[in-house]
Amino acid sequence: MTIQEVHQGRLRTPFYSRLAALDTVNTWHEWKGYTSTDELYCAETEYFAIRNATAVFDLTPMTKYRIAGPDALPYIDRLVTRDMTKVRPGRVAYAVWCDDQGQVIDDGTIFHLRDGEYRLCSQERHFAWLNAAAIGFDVTITEETAEVAALAVQGPTSFSILSRMGLAGLAELKPFDLMHVDFEGVELMVSRTGFTGDLGYELWIAPEKAETLWDKLFAAGEVTGIRAIGTHALEVARIEAGYIAVYEEFLPADETVRTGRTRSPLELGLNWLVDFKKANFNGRRALAEEMRRGSTWRLVRLDIAGNKAAHHSYVYANEKGNKTEIGFITSAVWSPVCKQNIALGTVKMPHGKVGDNVWVEIYYQREMHWSRVMAKATVVGEPFWFPSRRGATPPGPY
Amino acid sequence: MTDSYDIIVVGAGHNGLVCSALLAKAGKKVLVLEANDQVGGAAVTREFADGYSVSACAHLLYQLQPSVCKDLGLKPKLATSNMQTIALSEDGRHVRYSGASVAGVSDSDTRSYQAFHKRMARYADLLNTYLNKAPPRLGTTDFRDLSTLARLGFDIRRLGKEEMREFLRLIGMNIHDELDERFESPLLKGALSLDAVLGTHLGPRSPNTIMTYLYRLAGDHGRLAVPKGGMGSVSDGLASVARAAGVTIRTGMPVARIIVENGRVGGVETTAGERFESLTVVSNADPKRTILDLVGARHVETGFTRRIDHIRMRGNAAKLHLALTGLPRIDGLSKKDFAERLVIAPDEHYVERAFNPAKYGECSPEPVVELTFPSFRDESLAPTGQHVMSAVLQYAPYQLAGGWNDDARNAFLDSAIAVIARYMPDIESRIVASELLTPADIEREFHITGGHWHHGELSLDQFLFVRPVCGSAQYRMPLDGLYLCGAGTHPGGGVSGAAGRNAARTILRRERAA
Repeated sequence: MTIQEVHQGRLRTPFYSRLAALDTVNTWHEWKGYTSTDELYCAETEYFAIRNATAVFDLTPMTKYRIAGPDALPYIDRLVTRDMTKVRPGRVAYAVWCDDQGQVIDDGTIFHLRDGEYRLCSQERHFAWLNAAAIGFDVTITEETAEVAALAVQGPTSFSILSRMGLAGLAELKPFDLMHVDFEGVELMVSRTGFTGDLGYELWIAPEKAETLWDKLFAAGEVTGIRAIGTHALEVARIEAGYIAVYEEFLPADETVRTGRTRSPLELGLNWLVDFKKANFNGRRALAEEMRRGSTWRLVRLDIAGNKAAHHSYVYANEKGNKTEIGFITSAVWSPVCKQNIALGTVKMPHGKVGDNVWVEIYYQREMHWSRVMAKATVVGEPFWFPSRRGATPPGPY
Repeated sequence: MTDSYDIIVVGAGHNGLVCSALLAKAGKKVLVLEANDQVGGAAVTREFADGYSVSACAHLLYQLQPSVCKDLGLKPKLATSNMQTIALSEDGRHVRYSGASVAGVSDSDTRSYQAFHKRMARYADLLNTYLNKAPPRLGTTDFRDLSTLARLGFDIRRLGKEEMREFLRLIGMNIHDELDERFESPLLKGALSLDAVLGTHLGPRSPNTIMTYLYRLAGDHGRLAVPKGGMGSVSDGLASVARAAGVTIRTGMPVARIIVENGRVGGVETTAGERFESLTVVSNADPKRTILDLVGARHVETGFTRRIDHIRMRGNAAKLHLALTGLPRIDGLSKKDFAERLVIAPDEHYVERAFNPAKYGECSPEPVVELTFPSFRDESLAPTGQHVMSAVLQYAPYQLAGGWNDDARNAFLDSAIAVIARYMPDIESRIVASELLTPADIEREFHITGGHWHHGELSLDQFLFVRPVCGSAQYRMPLDGLYLCGAGTHPGGGVSGAAGRNAARTILRRERAA
């Protein structure tokens, strides 16, 4: 008797066949209806592919909306906090959008595909909100998550590998640029974007050509090293890059019940994304008021003493702890590339200025027994990992 | 050409006039722009056939707030006051009621009615206190809001334990169940059901129709009057008060848009392209028209836009005007009874049955009717010896399946006349001319989205703290310089002037605070 496969009620991305062939540990999780891999062989090895070679991550489940129509620009400009009139066709913008109370619903990237035509990518689904925002605008919003297969190709050798695939114009592609090239008769979109804080690209193609694209990519990568990775490895790179993640650093405002549990962009360190020169955008009134009154929370990047990851720890203003609790850790990891114990956290204002010292209460287990340590931490201003190759155009060969 | 004013009021409906007059009395330079050629909005007197005039939309005066009259020194001249309601019966054994008295029903019904009216009048008084205030915000630390809230709680508690429970039990309930428990007379139940559902998209079995009934009683315990010269005379009176206070009123000037500059209101532009500057614009138009059409969604935020877009405001009441060679014959009525308010709602099931098709976008085959003969006590409205009839017909849904074309209008008119003819057999032979205003006509002629005379359904989810929408119930909209003052705001429709007065007081209080 053979053991039959049990259907899990999850969709498979167009890259599933290739991922499944490489998979050795069979750990998958659900990502917005799709099955998505945690790791394929070993998260540590996969992580080092991101930092030392090239990692390939299947981001097809990323929610994608096509926004088009005569009012597409004014529509998006009201939707998000940043000035979208400055984002030319062929450019990508990281953006955050808020409800009327100025609380973050989600963050994501907006691709200005062609004049007046945009793609919005986010972790969560937002069709209802996007449609509510369309009242009074001449725009059409189309969910196209399943119509576009996408791969993140990230790491120091990613430029070399993609060049070897013969993608014309890649050398001139600056960070947050996008271009369209022909790939075996279909349009392949290449954007210099990613979630790893390193040199990297994202490839967007029709699902029919997904496997072909994968095969060509891996063939081109054979010499310089290329590996498929899962979300565990990506998560380490994400924290090193200092990027926030939904359900980690913030909750979607429209799904949060308790007051005070949401975050404004100002509380997430995204002041640079909020453009008060714009006459109107969702949340503007509330955020202007917050600027006047001061925020409640502040996002901090922490460099923590020791090597024990500070998962879910409380943060204190002084070493004695107890009555001086000022916040908590939202993401924590030992960074192999930085050789640092790093974390993202949220603390009450006015704590958490760059250079401040705080104490993090870390519990850890050794052979069943729990121990506790109060680790000193320093608030740092810059991302933990920011290599110069990330911004170099053309990127160097490796 | 641009002119500059302290405050511009869009629309000279009765609330706009009340608001502008109070603002001008406080020393503001106020301009009122009205789309139609007459002031008054839906409270106007119009000639609908050669020599025959009638109150075109609202036709009975029963909610005009004493506070408004007092503040403005307004004393409407009445052709008829303290009108009885006569619930018509085909056999001529009509039921009459007015205030706490009722006639034509059993002794037990008489006693029940008196107790019912006493209780309802008490609740209505409680409600009325809060109709004359801006509704308090919830979840705020503002002292005024907190004290109003505390006061509301205290006032409800002060009814006494039994009465408080009864009030809280009834306020969300349907009127049918309450009437059915108390009364025997189908005619009385039918007429009271009609009182509760007039002007709404509700049937007697719909929730919160006791609340709408209380709303009707709130102004003056439901005492009915007809102003001399029709409802237009009330509006003309308000316009005179406003002009005397220094308000500039310009009619025939439809506002095309409210100008928004640098994220705040800067004035208005008419359809003719004329611009008027002001940092404060008060809209008497309904919330949907104001926000979605005049301001534009792009100048406000998404959550607010969505709430405005979701306001339920589909009118269901049509207005019928008949020019008559003389008064029709009605069994069981004396001559002077033609001064009263007559209703056709023979029993409570009749009203609910009339409502049923409206749920599916169809007209009532047998509509309920509220009618008056305003010319009976006011000769200015019709040629000597002749008369006009003014009737509200329900139900005629705004979103009629298939749309309001000539066939649909004629069919509804025929069914209304057929119902009326059961009580007035000679009515058809007396008709000289007729005019039917469907909710679609009311929308077009009076610029009310959905043709709903309350500018938004009067129901608990759109009442008090959440009228017009949650978070914006205090007349001030989430766009600097923009206010609402129409029936779409608290407390709601009816010629009461409360919304206009509350809005003016809110604006002046804000200016003092600033």
